[in-house]
Amino acid sequence: MTGNIAILGYGLSAIGPGIGVGLIFAAYINGVARQPEARGMLQPIAFLGMAITEALAIFGIALAFVFKA
Amino acid sequence: MSLVSAAPSEYTAPGVEEFWQPLFGTDGPWAITRPMLLMAISAGLIIWFLLATTRKKALVPSRGQMSTEAVYGLVRNGIAKDLIGSKEFLRFVPLLFSLFMIILVNNLFGVLPPFSYPTMSRIGFPIALSLIVWVVFHAVGMKKHGFIGYWKSLVPSGLPKGMILPIFFLELITDLFTRPVTLALRLFGNMFAGHILIVLFITGGWYMLTSGGILVIAGGVTWIFAVVMTLFELLVEFLQAYVFTLLAALYIGGAIADEH
Repeated sequence: MTGNIAILGYGLSAIGPGIGVGLIFAAYINGVARQPEARGMLQPIAFLGMAITEALAIFGIALAFVFKA
Repeated sequence: MSLVSAAPSEYTAPGVEEFWQPLFGTDGPWAITRPMLLMAISAGLIIWFLLATTRKKALVPSRGQMSTEAVYGLVRNGIAKDLIGSKEFLRFVPLLFSLFMIILVNNLFGVLPPFSYPTMSRIGFPIALSLIVWVVFHAVGMKKHGFIGYWKSLVPSGLPKGMILPIFFLELITDLFTRPVTLALRLFGNMFAGHILIVLFITGGWYMLTSGGILVIAGGVTWIFAVVMTLFELLVEFLQAYVFTLLAALYIGGAIADEH
């Protein structure tokens, strides 16, 4: 079996952000379901949280290609 | 593309080298590449679109004017006003609107057939954009608080004495290094990974379709998934333009806020 172990590292680095983004959107959906008029206020916060959380996974894929050799 | 050949022998997965596409000049650091051309086209498209839809301003807007106003309204009220504050947001709206438009159009080039290349999947373009944001938010912060006062405002007031120095260094690393790097890498990573995924699905499906046998069915399914991924990519492209502008507004708002 041949391959690149750096991509395995990317898979590991995607676990945490995956769970984190899921939690953020679960909370966002909960909030909107309970109080639909709060959607406009919650939306930037939810996407902000998502953007900051997924940074680790993005580092992962960038570094997977950097350390490819 | 070199990956798609009529007689499949050995499948090679797409890699970073797929994104290096020089068009004119020598094949080296000074070549005019495809993303450079796309960036120029996008600038022309945006100028033409905005001029054409806002030249005749009407009380009852036409369809073009309505779409421009919707995008402008999203950036002005949904992003700038909420995150910078209603007192000072107006002077940053041109910057944020330009950022949003240039990123959105260049991202959409990733799935639009005549272009089919997300400009931001070359790291140089996101770096340039995030450098602009980086310089702007430090500059407006220093202009408002003064040079010393700006660095002082990084540390929240009311900390115990021993904590001031470690917190200051953490905030310094965040402001000077982490923020611009993550801003550029987020846009680059999303565009790069999404595009390479679509290329993988399409070239892999082509390889299986041309191999014959049972693999033909798998190749068909792979191509269906390629279409699904393209639609998903459309969503990500909108989202990344929104997120980049959102974070730029957040950093500017944080730099000029009275209390950190």
